[in-house]
Amino acid sequence: MAYDKFQVLTSSAYPLPTENVDTDQIIPARFLKATERVDFDINFFRDWRYNQDGTPKVDFPLNKEIYAGSKILVGGRNFGSGSSREHAAWSVYDFGLRCVISSAFADIFKGNCLNVGVLPVQVSPEFADTLFAAIMADPTTEIKVDLPNQTVTLLATGEFESFEINSYKKENMLNGFDDIDYLKNIENEISAFAEKRPF
Amino acid sequence: MANTLFDKVWDSHVVRKVTDGPDVFFIDRHFIHEVTSPVAFLGLESRGNSVVYPARTFATADHNTPTINQHLPVADPLSANQLDALENNAAKHGISHWGLGDKNNGIVHVVGPENGITLPGATIVCGDSHTSTHGAFGAIAFGIGTSEVEMVLSTQCIMQPKPKKMRINVTGKLGIGVTPKDVALYIIAKQTTSGATGYFVEYAGDVFEDMSMEGRMTVCNLSIEMGARGGMIAPDSKTFEYLKGRAQTPKGADWDKAMNYWETLYTDQGAEFDAEFNYEASDIEPMITYGTNPGMGMGVTKSIPNAESLEGGVDTYRKSLGYMSFSEGDSMVGKEIDFVFLGSCTNGRIEDFRAFCSIVEGRQKADNVTAWLVPGSHKVVDQIKEEGLDTVITDAGFVLREPGCSACLAMNDDKIPSGKLSVSTSNRNFEGRQGPGSRTLLASPLVAAASAVSGVVTDPRTLLTA
Repeated sequence: MAYDKFQVLTSSAYPLPTENVDTDQIIPARFLKATERVDFDINFFRDWRYNQDGTPKVDFPLNKEIYAGSKILVGGRNFGSGSSREHAAWSVYDFGLRCVISSAFADIFKGNCLNVGVLPVQVSPEFADTLFAAIMADPTTEIKVDLPNQTVTLLATGEFESFEINSYKKENMLNGFDDIDYLKNIENEISAFAEKRPF
Repeated sequence: MANTLFDKVWDSHVVRKVTDGPDVFFIDRHFIHEVTSPVAFLGLESRGNSVVYPARTFATADHNTPTINQHLPVADPLSANQLDALENNAAKHGISHWGLGDKNNGIVHVVGPENGITLPGATIVCGDSHTSTHGAFGAIAFGIGTSEVEMVLSTQCIMQPKPKKMRINVTGKLGIGVTPKDVALYIIAKQTTSGATGYFVEYAGDVFEDMSMEGRMTVCNLSIEMGARGGMIAPDSKTFEYLKGRAQTPKGADWDKAMNYWETLYTDQGAEFDAEFNYEASDIEPMITYGTNPGMGMGVTKSIPNAESLEGGVDTYRKSLGYMSFSEGDSMVGKEIDFVFLGSCTNGRIEDFRAFCSIVEGRQKADNVTAWLVPGSHKVVDQIKEEGLDTVITDAGFVLREPGCSACLAMNDDKIPSGKLSVSTSNRNFEGRQGPGSRTLLASPLVAAASAVSGVVTDPRTLLTA
C-alpha cells in the first residue's frame, strides 16, 4: 500500500496521556469486518470518542475542536499494545495523523505504523511530559518532526530531542517506499534460500 | 560459541542482513484467517504479484464465526463477506482452506499444532498477536500486520529487526489448583503489560519441563501480553511425542532427519541473554485480573492494590478501576459475576475442558451465570465427546458450543453485555474487548469453573479440597 512521503512535519497535536492504550481501543474488533482498506477513521477510538447512543464524548481530546486538523498525536507510555491488527495503524492514518509521539510503543503497532506511512517517534518520558504540558498550556502549540535530521522540536521554546530510526526505514519513509519493493528486488536470493529449507 | 535456542532458530532463517536495518527473515509456515488477510490479497493483486509458495500458507476461519448453528449460512453479512473472501482467495491462489464446518476447522493456534503444521525450529507468522502460541514447540512464532501478510504471500519473507533475548526461569513444583494460565498471569503481573517489549522470551526451568504441550501453549500464547513479540520453550521428548504421527509432520526418513535437527534445539550452557528473571513455583497462586490490561493481576485471594503502591501512572490506574467499577482494597473473592467464558487460543484445548469438568462434575451451574463453553477446534470437540466430558458438562447445566474465537474478542454474536462481569479464560481484559462496556476478569479454567458453579469469584482450591 503506497503512502505519501514523510519529510518534515509541523503541526499542533492531540494529547492522549493515558498509558497502555491498546489497539482494541484504537479500533474495536467489531469494526474489523471490512475486506477493503477504506474509511477506518470513522471508528478510530470509537468507544472513547462516542457514547453508546452514538453522541460524541465532548471531553475526549480527539473530539475537541481546538485540536482539529492536527497531524500529530502525543500518546501515553506503551502506546498500541495488544492485538496485531494493522487496522489500528490504518485508522491513525485515515484520521489524518502522520506521526505518533510516545515514550514507549508496543512492537507490532510500531512496525505496522512504519509500514503504512505513520512515523512513530519515541521520546524520553521527560520530553513527553514537556510536550503534554505545552499542549495543555496552549492547545495550538506546534511541534516540528524533522525526519531527515531525526529531531522533534517544541517550536514555542525550541526544546528538542533526537529520535532513533534505522536508516533503512528512514529511507523508506522519506521516499514513500515499502518493504515489498525491497523484497521483490531480491527474489532470486530468497528462492535460493527457500530451496535449502528442510521443511 | 554458546548460542541460545532463539539465536539458533532466528539466525538459520536470515536470508540477508540489511545494513542499519532489519533482517530479511524467511517464513516456513504462514497461517491466515478471515479478518487480517483480505486487504493483503487486494494489495498482492493490485501490484500484480502472485503467492510464491502457496503450500507454506494455511487458511482457517475462526475470528468472526458463529458458535451455534454453524451448518446454517452466516447471518451477519459483513462476517459472511470476510469468510467468502478467505475461501475465494485461498481457492484462487492454491492455499489449503479449512472453512466453517470442515473437520479440521478451529482457532488457528489450536489447529496448527493439532495437525502437525507447527514444528520445532520453524518460523511461523500469522496476522494475529497470539501466534506466539506455537513457540511451545521450539518454533519462532509471532504476530504480524496485514502489510506483512502481503509480504509473506508475495515473497515468503518479512523485514524484521532481531529482538533482544530474555529468559524467564520458573523453578519448583506448582501447588494444587495452580495451572499454566496462573504461571503466565503471574509472570505478566511481575513484568507488567510492557515489561518485555522489544524482547523474545525463552521459558525455562522445571515448571515448564513438567508442563504438558497444552500448558506450554497457554504460556507461550500469553507472551505478547507483557509486550514480548513471542515466547518459546526448547523441544523435548514430550514435544516429539505430541508431534509424531500428526497429519502434516514429516514421516519415515524425513522424521528421523528432522529429529536430528530438533535435538540440537536448546540453549547452550553459558549462552547470554539481554535480560533474565527467576521466579519460584511456590509463590504462584491461582490468579485473577482486576483491571483493564493483563498485567493487572494478582492471587485470587488478594485485595486490589492501592494506586500509590504501584509504579506507573496513578491516573491511568484509577481510570482502569473506574471502568471495572472496582475500588482499591477490594477483595475479588465473593464478587458476583454474570458470565463465564471457557475457550480461546489461550485455554480452548482438551486439557482446559478436563480442568473445567474436574470442578463442575457433580455440581450445578449457578443460576445467575450465563456460561459459554467454546472448544478451540472440532478435534477438541471430538476428544471431549470421546472422554465423556460432554455428559459432565450437560449434567452440570452447561452447554457446549461450536469452535471459534467467540467471546474472546466478540466479533461474532458472543458479546458480553455492557456492564456485565465475566470470568474468562481468554487473554485480554481490555475495555470493551468482550463487547462494548463488558468487564472481564482473566483466570484459569479452574477459577472459571469454580466461579461458574458458585456464582461469585471463587478460589478453586476451596472446591478441589472439599
